[in-house]
Amino acid sequence: MTDTLQVDIWRGDTNGGSYSRYAVPAQESQTILDVVTWVQRHAEPGLAYRFACRVGMCGSCAMMVNGAPRWTCRTHVRKASKDGKLTIAPLRNMPVVKDLVCDMAEFFDKWIKAGSVFTPTETRNDPMAAIKPDEPDRMNANAAIECINCGVCYAGCDTVEANPDYLGPAALNRAWTLVNDRRDGAGSERLSTISKAGGCHSCHTHQSCAALCPNLLNPTASIAGLKRKTAKAALGLGTRR
Amino acid sequence: MKLPPHRRDPLRIAAAVQRLSGLALALFLPAHFLVLGLAIESPEALDSFLSLTQNPVVKVAEIGLVLLLGLHFFGGLRLLAVEFLPWSPRQKTYAAGALAAAITLSCCFLLSVTG
Repeated sequence: MTDTLQVDIWRGDTNGGSYSRYAVPAQESQTILDVVTWVQRHAEPGLAYRFACRVGMCGSCAMMVNGAPRWTCRTHVRKASKDGKLTIAPLRNMPVVKDLVCDMAEFFDKWIKAGSVFTPTETRNDPMAAIKPDEPDRMNANAAIECINCGVCYAGCDTVEANPDYLGPAALNRAWTLVNDRRDGAGSERLSTISKAGGCHSCHTHQSCAALCPNLLNPTASIAGLKRKTAKAALGLGTRR
Repeated sequence: MKLPPHRRDPLRIAAAVQRLSGLALALFLPAHFLVLGLAIESPEALDSFLSLTQNPVVKVAEIGLVLLLGLHFFGGLRLLAVEFLPWSPRQKTYAAGALAAAITLSCCFLLSVTG
């Protein structure tokens, strides 16, 4: 490992920009977020970037690192670069606001479009729903529920790049958790929404989302589940909720 | 040509192979039907054209064609399994299986034309 990292950071705004090069002291167990923070504190006070928790829970610090979308707070420099050279850019498939900050409004709007809001069927006065941890539906939801909304899957998805209407892996993954939640009352409407253009059937099964998800979730598996559910519903074989 | 990092996963490459093999077969099919159409219009012309298949270069191209067909067929079965069967964690094994089946098919064709 070299003593100094050669770091190219994209700087600009909605009108365009270019890479600026910085020499950053290398340290043991240094993360990409440590590198960006060093640049902001010591070399470029005007550098814009997002972070909050620094421990992989908030999902706000994702960036393109040497061409791949990554959560920067949990990515060590030595994992992303063997030669001490780093290229850091804002996430793909989202408009840039400034430097490393991108506009995630459309990403989250698509969550709403995918029917990602829980629709209760009972009130607080009803007894609590008894759902066993080993029920198949609960296990399906469990496998998909730990999404931190970081946008890494969305940035890595070539279908999102080619089809701006596509809801994307994260929103459909969230919809899958609700499709498997029997307390939710919007099941058939949700399946109808996500069957339309830009929904689950727009997924080309590249499986990049599963390969890139920092939380090791598998949105492709969730979307495949939605494809099966919607196909069954279209054939009149699905259960209506 | 170096693939960008988000396209280097074997399953992403398998998806690209599926598309490219489909595209190549789609380009081949009109020519294939055009030649078959000669059987109606002029059987002699068809026989004359088919004599080209004895050319070693055409034989090699045919093996490539069978490989493309195998890749697209077995890769397509893999995709149908992904979308309509319960999810399996062995996705890369299935992709490798589809590749192995396609290579086996083209090797069988190679043996049949050289044997």
